[in-house]
Amino acid sequence: METRITGRVWKYGDDVNTDVIFPGKYTYSISDPKEMAQHALEDLDPSFTEQVRPGDIIVAGKNWGCGSSREQAVTCLKEAGVGAIVARSFARIYFRNCINQALPIVVCDAVDGVESGEEITIDFAEGTVTTPRGVYTFPPPAPEVMEILEAGGLIPYVRKKLGIE
Amino acid sequence: MGHTFAEKVLACKAGLEEVVPGQIVVVHPDKLLTHDNTAAISKKFRQIGVERMADPGISIIVLDHVVPAANETYATNHRIIREFVAEQGVEAFYDIGEGICHQVLPEKGHTWPGALIVGSDSHTTTHGAFGAFAAGIGRTEAAAVMATGEIWLRVPESLRIVIRGRLPERVTPKDLILHIIGDLGADGANYCSVEFAGEAVQEMSIAGRMVLTNMAAEMGAKNGMVEPDEKTRAWLAGRVGHDYEEVHPDPDATYRQVIEYDVSDLVPQVAKPHTVDNVAPVTEVAGTVINQALIGTCTNGRLEDLEAAAGILRGRHIAPGVRLLVLPASREVLLAAVERGIVADLVAAGATLLNPGCGPCLGAHQGCMAPGEVTISTANRNFKGRMGSKEAFIYLASPATVAASALTGMITDPREV
Repeated sequence: METRITGRVWKYGDDVNTDVIFPGKYTYSISDPKEMAQHALEDLDPSFTEQVRPGDIIVAGKNWGCGSSREQAVTCLKEAGVGAIVARSFARIYFRNCINQALPIVVCDAVDGVESGEEITIDFAEGTVTTPRGVYTFPPPAPEVMEILEAGGLIPYVRKKLGIE
Repeated sequence: MGHTFAEKVLACKAGLEEVVPGQIVVVHPDKLLTHDNTAAISKKFRQIGVERMADPGISIIVLDHVVPAANETYATNHRIIREFVAEQGVEAFYDIGEGICHQVLPEKGHTWPGALIVGSDSHTTTHGAFGAFAAGIGRTEAAAVMATGEIWLRVPESLRIVIRGRLPERVTPKDLILHIIGDLGADGANYCSVEFAGEAVQEMSIAGRMVLTNMAAEMGAKNGMVEPDEKTRAWLAGRVGHDYEEVHPDPDATYRQVIEYDVSDLVPQVAKPHTVDNVAPVTEVAGTVINQALIGTCTNGRLEDLEAAAGILRGRHIAPGVRLLVLPASREVLLAAVERGIVADLVAAGATLLNPGCGPCLGAHQGCMAPGEVTISTANRNFKGRMGSKEAFIYLASPATVAASALTGMITDPREV
């Protein structure tokens, strides 16, 4: 896991649910992550899939990822190139899904300091998000969570734990 | 110092004397629920690289989301699951037609007080109505539970919601939970364990309690629960084939917040498009023209829900131009509704009867909407695009309100029909 990343921001509001991140009608008909990425956020922001670049960062308000447990709502963004998600808060299953797929997430109020298209820098070692209009701090993840992130997600973590190589 | 329900169950399952909110524990779930997403989970399971499940006895697999298969892709998905079930020796497999997982589990004795249940479905919270600790998880971690038999969980803070008074005529648990979600917001219980208590909850049927815990997910809860009582024990008798130890919160437990409601003057509630916390009294939206009405889902597809609808529609006919879809939550519910004449009443009134399952709730089949259309539904989500077109509108309400609206062709207060 990179300790410091800089990326261009896609800014969204509160309570963005998994149905608009990845529509339910595709949940059992699309299994290829690349195809999932083509539908990321299509019911919220059709410009996203056309313009997203590797390393871009999503910055949002509260309760990002509420609704269904569908993990594709994380997979589609990761596959689209999203480098991290920063939100005031996350829905709990979405939060777990990000950890399990090793997509870095940050809980802080950076949404107050940045607009879409601007750049921010996340420093995971220092626990800071630097925006054009202020620096926001966040607590480090729990050690148990850090181990999964550092292993590259839950599958490599479990493989390691079970001694499978 | 006393402990909440969540603290007591998780301490017990983690083999610890006590736990505190924020602590991470590793636990062995009693049951792991997966559904049509088991095909995707089985792929993750194979990526982990183990041959056999750690304990196939905890796995329960129910095909309910798109049943029967709507096309070749879904059919292939189901075939992969049936092959996986046979390969791994999973005995608790329920193929199409048995019902929605959150109804089938308790009916078949897989839910009991004090059980720890995780499921790859956000509405796994439903099982808390029986005094179980039940939480939704993702697909990858469901595969990891299959491989290892364990999972990490963060001990949640707890909210206690105390409901006083008696629900008025044609005002239901659905109206109550919509009112609560409207009040607390879509993240009002985020990461929290929610305990529902008070005389109105004690008065409620098991089906009614399941509506509360089912929709606890819509305010972000990790789990919802109702303390088991005589009703719970009677419902489970003959279904759960082993002893169980009930877990009750201590009277001096510490809660993040204790919230009280009085339902004596509650009126029917409706969640307007496109969020579940966009709630208003039915009177505010009465007159909104509808195209479709849906009675069913893991929230409101139980016998008392169909009975409530039949009570309004018996001997009458739905409005011209309205499509009324009825999906019993399970085979058991369907059979009981047939025996009591409820199915005949509803079909005679113009309803289209669909097989037990999730139906159009997640927008995959059996009643998706065209742009500009309006559905009033007993489901738990009204997000944009959920039931087909992103330019369609979903209103959420009780079975009584949905039936009354189907009757008139517009959103209607069920106390006025």
